[in-house]
Amino acid sequence: MHELALTCSIVEMAEEAAEGRRVARVTLVIGKLSGAMTDAIRFCFDEVARGTAVEGAALAIVEPEGRARCDECGAEFATPDLLAHCRCGSFALTRTQGEELTIRSIELEEAA
Amino acid sequence: MCAICGCSGEHDHSHGHDHSHDHGHHHHGHEHAHGTLVELEARILAKNDALAQKNRGWFAGREILALNLVGAPGAGKTALIERTIAELGGEPPLFVVEGDQATANDAERIRAAGAPVVQLNTGTGCHLDAAMVARGLSELRPPSGSAVLIENVGNLVCPALFDLGEHAKVVLFSVTEGEDKPIKYPHMFNAAGLVVLSKIDLLPHLDFSVGRALDHVRAVNPDAAIVQLSARTGEGVAEWCAWLRRQAAAARDSAFA
Repeated sequence: MHELALTCSIVEMAEEAAEGRRVARVTLVIGKLSGAMTDAIRFCFDEVARGTAVEGAALAIVEPEGRARCDECGAEFATPDLLAHCRCGSFALTRTQGEELTIRSIELEEAA
Repeated sequence: MCAICGCSGEHDHSHGHDHSHDHGHHHHGHEHAHGTLVELEARILAKNDALAQKNRGWFAGREILALNLVGAPGAGKTALIERTIAELGGEPPLFVVEGDQATANDAERIRAAGAPVVQLNTGTGCHLDAAMVARGLSELRPPSGSAVLIENVGNLVCPALFDLGEHAKVVLFSVTEGEDKPIKYPHMFNAAGLVVLSKIDLLPHLDFSVGRALDHVRAVNPDAAIVQLSARTGEGVAEWCAWLRRQAAAARDSAFA
C-alpha cells in the first residue's frame, strides 16, 4: 500500500500550493505503468484529506496509456504492461509514456 | 455537487464551445464560477527524490557504495548479508541498514555476524523512504570507502517506487518462490541493477526451472546482471562479492566524475 504514502504527499503538496485557501479539485496524472493503483489512491484520498485544506476536494485522475520506442529499430508502439516487447524481437525499449506520477494542477475555491 | 464535472460548486455547464466532458479532467478550457486553477506539474515523489539525491551526494562525497536490497519476506536477504560480511573480510568495510516493520531481530543477526548496523522500524509502513535512510545514516556514520547495504522491508511491490539514493537495487528471489516472480512483480525486477537467484542449494528438491526463471528476468529487464547463489553453502557467493567490489570501485571513481 505505497499508495497511502503517495496520497499523503499529494495532499501535503496540494495544501502547500493552496497557500491557505481551500482546494476544490486536485488533478493527477498517474500513468498506467507508474506502479501506483488509482483505485487505491482514490480509496485513501478522502481520509488523508480530512482536517486539511484539501478536505472535500474532488479528485480527477488522468491515466496515460503505456508507450515506448524500440532502441533497436526505432518503432513506437503501445505497451500495455512492462512485459511488452518490440515486433523486431528487441526487449530494449525507452518508455515514452505511462510512467507519469504527477500532480497536474489544483483548483482553489474562491475566497468568500 | 456538480453532476457533470464532480466539483463541489454550483455553476453553469452550458458554455459556448464544443467541448466533450467524457474525460473528466479538462478544466483548463472553461471558467468555473469558483475556480482558480494553479498549474503544478509536480512529481508526487518530488520530496522523496530530493532527499534521495541528498543521500546520493552524501554517499558520493565519501566514496561509499550504497545498495538497496529488496525481495519478498524470506527471500534470504539477511542470510546473504551475513554471508557477505564473512566473505568480504572488511574489503570494503560493510555497514548495514536494516528495515522491518517491527523487531530488531535482523539487526541482532547482523551485529552477531560482525558488521555495524542500524535497525529502522517502519511500523505500519511497507517500504523504506529516503528520509528514514538519512536518519539511519546519521546514526550509523559509515566512513569513507565503505559499502552500505540497505535491507528494505520484505515486499516485492512498494519499495520499487522509492529512491533511497542507492547506486543500485539488488532484487533477491529464491528458488522456493516460483520461477514466474519476475513477471508477476515486473516493476521491482524492472528497477533492478542485479537480480540474485537465492537458495540454489534447494534446487534438487524442487521443480524449479532456472532457465525459465532467467528468461522471465530478461523479459522485464534485459540489462540486469544475474547471480545465482546459496548463502547456506556459499556457492556463487564469490561471484556476488566480485560484483559488489566492482560496484564499490565504480562508486569511488564516479565520486570524481
